[in-house]
Amino acid sequence: MTASVLIQHFLTGISLGGAYALIAVGYTMVYGILRLINFAHGDIFMMSGYFMIFIMATFPWFLSIPVVLAFTVLLGVGIEKVAYAPLRSAPRMSVMISAIGVSYLLQNLATYLFTAIPRAYPEIPILKKIFHFGEITTSLVTILTPVLTIVLVILLMQLINHTKIGMAMRAVSKDTEASRLMGIKVNTTISMTFVLGSLLAGVGSILYFTDRMTVYPYSGSLPGLKCFVAAVLGGIGSIPGAVIGGFIIGICETFLVAMGYSMFSDAFTFLLLIVILLVRPTGLFGEAATDKV
Amino acid sequence: MSNILEVRDLKVSYGGIEAVRGISFDVPEGEVVTLIGANGAGKSSTLRSIVGLEKASGGSIRFKGDEISGLGTETIVGKGITLVPEGRRVFVNLSVLENLRMGAYLRNDSIEEDLKWVYDLFPRLKERSWQAAGTLSGGEQQMLAIGRALMSKPDLVMMDEPSLGLAPIIVQAVFDIIKEINRQGKTILLIEQNANMALNAAHHGYVMETGRITMTGTGAELADDESVRAAYLGKKK
Repeated sequence: MTASVLIQHFLTGISLGGAYALIAVGYTMVYGILRLINFAHGDIFMMSGYFMIFIMATFPWFLSIPVVLAFTVLLGVGIEKVAYAPLRSAPRMSVMISAIGVSYLLQNLATYLFTAIPRAYPEIPILKKIFHFGEITTSLVTILTPVLTIVLVILLMQLINHTKIGMAMRAVSKDTEASRLMGIKVNTTISMTFVLGSLLAGVGSILYFTDRMTVYPYSGSLPGLKCFVAAVLGGIGSIPGAVIGGFIIGICETFLVAMGYSMFSDAFTFLLLIVILLVRPTGLFGEAATDKV
Repeated sequence: MSNILEVRDLKVSYGGIEAVRGISFDVPEGEVVTLIGANGAGKSSTLRSIVGLEKASGGSIRFKGDEISGLGTETIVGKGITLVPEGRRVFVNLSVLENLRMGAYLRNDSIEEDLKWVYDLFPRLKERSWQAAGTLSGGEQQMLAIGRALMSKPDLVMMDEPSLGLAPIIVQAVFDIIKEINRQGKTILLIEQNANMALNAAHHGYVMETGRITMTGTGAELADDESVRAAYLGKKK
């Protein structure tokens, strides 16, 4: 493998990793505040792909992007209100099963409405612009994805660490009842988490599908699971952890494919999940669950 | 002096079990009132229903003349009631300063003055203002829980077992602070198993047993009462 080929694969890897990271952040944020693995998150990402197909049929890309993001957020928050909020005081397992139910519902709804035949994802011309650096050829989306991911995550961290709503989110994630005693509207705060998670999934969906070029009802399923693994790898609940986990999985997967082991690239991700759960269940940056009495 | 809080025939039940069976009491403005009683007497349920964490199954709760039972916790807190919960419940992942800011979550005015006030009451908190609350000792966490509650600029401060699990010298400090806060004009409703300290600090006391109020009087009267002494103060004549 020559240096330029290596760099080429590395670029592809961090680009895929960036999209994974954006989705993984959604898993980790929802887990952080509700202790819920939102299995529907990958399918929200898939639906966001379909939204783009239909909206860009009528509108130009620069109008479509905000509209698609808005619909994705509405879908994410809507699911929370309908399928999770009524189960707030139910055992965690019930909410998890509800999440699995929503995931299947979205997949089947998409199959019913849009058929299982893959549909072409519309081309956003500017993202497809090709660059040449010496022997390396790359499109704008490949470079933009990791950069945008980092920028968005930094903004997100600022929001969480330095604003009132971010502080409320951190408070609710530790102690819901004490948060209510502060006057925090817990449901609003939880909705805010879904807003942010879905927004990032929407951005991730645009970047990911621009590269993949097709959407079908199960295209959220495997990426969703991989991003969940990324969140666990980084330490679920930790946002920087999810980002690093996303990049690690994206890069490893790309290199496995490049080395000719494409059949094993998915298996590798899940092998990684098993290894991390055995060796370091809290993930790379996860906090050990120490409950002080 | 008018009553800031009037509770009438309050009932609270959990899944068919009545924890509070129709109690009535008043908290006059500017006073320290205490509910004492053994574990399971219904004291915590009483406070939790006043602040809306539990739904009352009957009766009325009036705060400054307005009925507040059935309202959401954030509305009740906004009206000027705060609860220092049992077991402190500070946000261990937030810094001391962030915890205090959370206490002022509903306020839109400047909180600098109250921050200074709380730091004056608890100089330890100022020293540790950037530390995560989880790294504080139990006593310091209790101070933080009280400080955090005061940041909402409450008219009525309710405290659920503030002395629980603290060393005797810290317990004394907590009660000194309670008296100091009261002296500065805050009304306090305190529940305690440490009846001795509570009655000593309180103007008025109520004794609760299995969901009912069985006795009432001034703090000094109750502290002198033989049955109270035998049951809660561990002293025989």
